Amino acid sequence: MAFLELTGIQKRFGEVAAVQNFDLAAEAGEFVSFLGPSGCGKTTTLRMIAGFERPTSGKIVVKGVDITNRAPNQRNVGMVFQSYALFPNMTVADNVGFGLKVRKQPKDQIRKRVGELLELIHLPDKAGRYPWQLSGGQQQRVALARALAIEPQVLLLDEPLSALDAKIRVSLRNEIRAIQRQLGITTVYVTHDQEEALSLSDRIVVMSEGRIEQTGTPFEIYNFPSTGFVARFVGTLNVVSAKVLDPTAGTLETAGQPIRAAGPISGGHSGDSVTVALRPEIISLGAREGMNQLSGVVDDVTFLGSIVRVRIRFSDGSGAISFDTFNNPHLAVPDRGTAVTISFPPEACLVLDRAEIAAAAAPEDPDAA
Amino acid sequence: MTNAALPLSAPGTPSARPVRRRIGWGWLGIVPFLLFAFLFLIAPTAYLVVGSFQNAKGALTLENFQQLFSPAIIATYGNSIEISLVTALAGGIFGFLLAYAVISGGLPGILRSALMTFSGVASNFAGVPLALAFIFTLGRVGLFTIFMRTVLGVDLYAGDFSLYTKLGLEIVYLYFQFPLMILIIAPAIDGLKKDWREAAENMGASSFQYWRHVALPILMPSLLGTMILLFGNSFGAQATAYQLTGGFIDIVTIAISRQMRGDVLYDPNLGYALAMGMVVIMAISITAYSLLQRRSERWLK
Amino acid sequence: MGFPNPSIGGSAVQGALGPGEHGSAPARGAGRVRGRYLTRIAWWLVFIIGVLYFFIPLYGTLDFSLKSKPFLSAYTAILNDSQFVSTLTYSFVAGILTIIVSVLIIVPTAFWVRLKYPGLRPIIEFITLLPFVIPPIILVFGLDNTYGTQPLALTNSDNGLNVLLVAAYVILSFPYMYRAVDTGLRAIDIQSLTEASQSLGAGWIRILWQVILPNLRTSLLSGAFLTLAIVVGEFTIATFLSRPAFAPFLGLVGDERPYEQAALALVSFGITWVAMILIAIIGRNSRSRIRVTVG
Repeated sequence: MAFLELTGIQKRFGEVAAVQNFDLAAEAGEFVSFLGPSGCGKTTTLRMIAGFERPTSGKIVVKGVDITNRAPNQRNVGMVFQSYALFPNMTVADNVGFGLKVRKQPKDQIRKRVGELLELIHLPDKAGRYPWQLSGGQQQRVALARALAIEPQVLLLDEPLSALDAKIRVSLRNEIRAIQRQLGITTVYVTHDQEEALSLSDRIVVMSEGRIEQTGTPFEIYNFPSTGFVARFVGTLNVVSAKVLDPTAGTLETAGQPIRAAGPISGGHSGDSVTVALRPEIISLGAREGMNQLSGVVDDVTFLGSIVRVRIRFSDGSGAISFDTFNNPHLAVPDRGTAVTISFPPEACLVLDRAEIAAAAAPEDPDAA
Repeated sequence: MTNAALPLSAPGTPSARPVRRRIGWGWLGIVPFLLFAFLFLIAPTAYLVVGSFQNAKGALTLENFQQLFSPAIIATYGNSIEISLVTALAGGIFGFLLAYAVISGGLPGILRSALMTFSGVASNFAGVPLALAFIFTLGRVGLFTIFMRTVLGVDLYAGDFSLYTKLGLEIVYLYFQFPLMILIIAPAIDGLKKDWREAAENMGASSFQYWRHVALPILMPSLLGTMILLFGNSFGAQATAYQLTGGFIDIVTIAISRQMRGDVLYDPNLGYALAMGMVVIMAISITAYSLLQRRSERWLK
Repeated sequence: MGFPNPSIGGSAVQGALGPGEHGSAPARGAGRVRGRYLTRIAWWLVFIIGVLYFFIPLYGTLDFSLKSKPFLSAYTAILNDSQFVSTLTYSFVAGILTIIVSVLIIVPTAFWVRLKYPGLRPIIEFITLLPFVIPPIILVFGLDNTYGTQPLALTNSDNGLNVLLVAAYVILSFPYMYRAVDTGLRAIDIQSLTEASQSLGAGWIRILWQVILPNLRTSLLSGAFLTLAIVVGEFTIATFLSRPAFAPFLGLVGDERPYEQAALALVSFGITWVAMILIAIIGRNSRSRIRVTVG
């Protein structure tokens, strides 16, 4: 039996279904992320685990104990809030020790534990400071220590990094992961940032409109998205619409040009409209023998530091594809407006379910994000 | 930034006059304010300050301030302080409860804006009409008094109660005290983040523990500060007491009025000293209020 | 002391629900439901006591004013009372003059301090808050003495006293006016507006009158109505300067005409009410809002 189990969770607010058919089984020590756009139900699900919302139906079990109907203060589940939610009237030490004080633990024991935790988050000298005297990153570390102080069975983090600067976000996320590994604590992490989810998680639950789109390891989610939504939301995959030519041979047509998938298109019929996902890093400039080739006009060139992202637009107006090349000063980057051909192996061509056609009709511009 | 904004003049338009020179006269903009404040606020107060250190012949003395410590005047201040304390505490507590009820008590949202408008009116409804309203309600033949006697058989005036005493004045003052509390404390209650309650619960705190360790300490500067403001508000009130008691209640503002009217104990210099004592108390309360308010803003930002 | 323990009747934990959570979660467990139910009832009770405190005196006054025979005679009497009309007119005129003078003084000051002399801000703010420290009784005491003797005698003539009255009211209006204008200025980018006007060739008078002032309309209206309400109800200063204003008249109507006095008190209340409702409406229609605080 898994450590944390959510079974058949539903949550309705009046007529609106915020979460439906949510199932999850997390092992002890696992780091699970809920990934999705705002309003997809990820935070609601997290708040149900914390007890701030009650599921309309379904069951939440931690270590074999059903906690679905327990009050939030009876759950022993630590939570870190997006807004830090540090108590402004208390020092760092008092904040961290609050859960222990509430549990009526002896003072010296609290002091000892607080000291350990402040060491853990590398802020041992800030015990006497007040939250407003700390930077955002420091405040969130204190909030993490506070949540860990009660030795929770499960640690919940609700977009803990979204209020911070980009640089601190990266360093703090590595710290969170290191601490989580060190303590081996089962963790649920809510985020809308795919990079965060990919780099942190053992497993990712991608959500959209209250439903689970896909559950899998970061590798699976990134490389083998099972729906167009996942493909578009995770990473900067190109999602283009295509028409099946011959399902058994795996040939398709996109932007009026033929391409080939790695294998047969299961369940597809000739003439079906499908979605094809292409990862930008696997596409190369120039025509190559034995590969899929597409011709278009360079529409935009963006420098992203170590790489350069080039966007190609097709002459029939059916959409655009972006790809990356290394930023090598000795290599010429095509100018805007030049006609080019790009190549990619058939294996890079991921044919997604046909239900996604409507959404994929207007391919999302990967640069817009 | 002072001179940085040189205007760009488009060709064909008359070039702008030199900005530097014009800014040189800019300070004139605040001269009317300073002059007006000096003439009608600073100078009159200074007159009282100087007068309070003089005797009737204009010689320098501390006698007036010594007189402030005579039993009669101490009693006067005592009454004012007592009334102000009672109405600040009672008005503060009740105003806070009422504000909390409409903001976080789960009452329909429309009651909040209604209460805020009521409070705007009531906190400004002091003086003669307020005193009259209570006379018609709680006076000997007031509506409420008669209702109590005829319907519930309770004679309010059977015991020591009278509207025209300290207790009566306190009841009347509460009418503008608690709405003022509501107006000022509402933003602080709004500033209590839902996350704080959830964080506390998450760590196992009961509702009582949340209030004792988190919510009340966070609100405390605002609560105290606003109650101090209510104290000053009540301390400086004159018209209501004057109308209600016909000038026969022994509080500081009425004592000053009597000095101004030139009654039997007429001694303008003592009057100035009375006024000074009052200004000092008001200044202390306003300072305390703004200090506490500053701390609370830092917390509730 | 005054802390709302929402646990009345239930266990402490069960009442602990934030504002947004009421009614959203399905009720589970009778204790929790009862706790929340009782908590809500307690808050309703507080609210009802507040409403009663607020309305009973008003109702008492109304009830009394209607006891005059024939019906409504108290109201027809005050309407026909020349003193009522004249004192109310006097107070309104004083109020409007106060507003005009106050705006003329405060707007340029607040504008200049924001634009060019931010260092002076604390001083200006301090002065505008002084009326909270120096209550009307002391202000009029000082004015009466300062301007009661030569060479600055203003208390000898009606006009002199009128000047003093309006001056005192302008002082009383400072805290509200300054705050309203300052908040209004914060809401608009006066730096850019001023520079834009300058670059188009406008002088300072034109900038203030045609650019800044129109943008402050809502703040100024709020401040103006509040000032008007305060002036019309002001008693202490008017009394000690012996001005024929509305509040002293109301106090002097006296025992021989109690029904009319009750009617007048209600009229006075109505004026405050209208002013506040106008402020609320103005505030709702604009994004810049002022906080009304009274000391």
